Amino acid sequence: MRALDDVTKDQIRGDIPAFREGDTVRVNVRVVDIKEGKKGVERRERLQAYEGVVIARHNKGISSSFTVRKISNSVGVERIFPLHSPMLESINVVRHGRVRRAKLYYLRDLRGKAARIRERRIG
Amino acid sequence: MSAGLIARKLGMTQVFAEDGSAVPVTVLAIEPCRVVALRSQDKDGYDAIQVGFGKPGRHESRAVQGHYAKQGQEVMGGLREFRLGTGELFDLGQELSAEMFEAGQKIDVSATSKGHGFTGVMKRYDFAGGRATHGAEKTHRQMGSTGQCQWPGRVFPGKKMPGHYGAERVTTQNLEVVRIDADCNRILVKGAVPGAKNGLVELRPAVKGK
Repeated sequence: MRALDDVTKDQIRGDIPAFREGDTVRVNVRVVDIKEGKKGVERRERLQAYEGVVIARHNKGISSSFTVRKISNSVGVERIFPLHSPMLESINVVRHGRVRRAKLYYLRDLRGKAARIRERRIG
Repeated sequence: MSAGLIARKLGMTQVFAEDGSAVPVTVLAIEPCRVVALRSQDKDGYDAIQVGFGKPGRHESRAVQGHYAKQGQEVMGGLREFRLGTGELFDLGQELSAEMFEAGQKIDVSATSKGHGFTGVMKRYDFAGGRATHGAEKTHRQMGSTGQCQWPGRVFPGKKMPGHYGAERVTTQNLEVVRIDADCNRILVKGAVPGAKNGLVELRPAVKGK
């Protein structure tokens, strides 16, 4: 893996804030709409925000990813984002959470009050 | 048929395409390649170039040294011949590099696949094997029947059976060239390439497709 790092180093993003499991993040995702109208194919880009708790991070160079879980209309939704994807416009850390493990898969079985995460004080 | 290159497989990683999709790529480091001998229709009965690649070993035999000396070339690590199509011209001593290909082009990649040793039919030929439970006894990974009964009274030749698997020449066709790093003589190819890391692979323009 290390020998191939220089192949991908120009695609590694430097603008990613420090965040870890338990943090609540807001991910602005670029969404491309392709409409076929009378004037031909129209390509439009817009931003879509996705906010939730980071329940896992997978650190592996360019292939790094993170999983964000949220409850949407009382249904649990998880999205896995490639950390260095150019489709992510930005990642904002909304809240730092204090957790004691690296993978928060136990949150899948918890609802409401039980699924709360203590806030982590910075500094 | 066309000339090709010799490379070393460095491993796999991924890159992001312009539309944001992640593309799995194999990184191939092109060995120093040079045309060290020419074969011609008149003299040899076929048109080809002999390409030398890599650094020579510390002790190359007199026979190998003589082969290079006859062509007035420096000794290299290995030799590989590439058949030429009509109208393709190469000079003796010409250096070949990654710039021979271009991004977006389809290429064929040949290499010696990873050796698996003596394997059963499930791994070697993707047989289904037996059941894990429901009374199955000692037949979980066996091949089942090998044929019929008294007639024909023999197993047909070519029946797929356990045996040595891998370590043979495999060609993967129509792999797309994703990127060419000319300064470090490196090629990124979409998808997997046969063989182990640090193994030698042979690159040629695709026979089929465009």
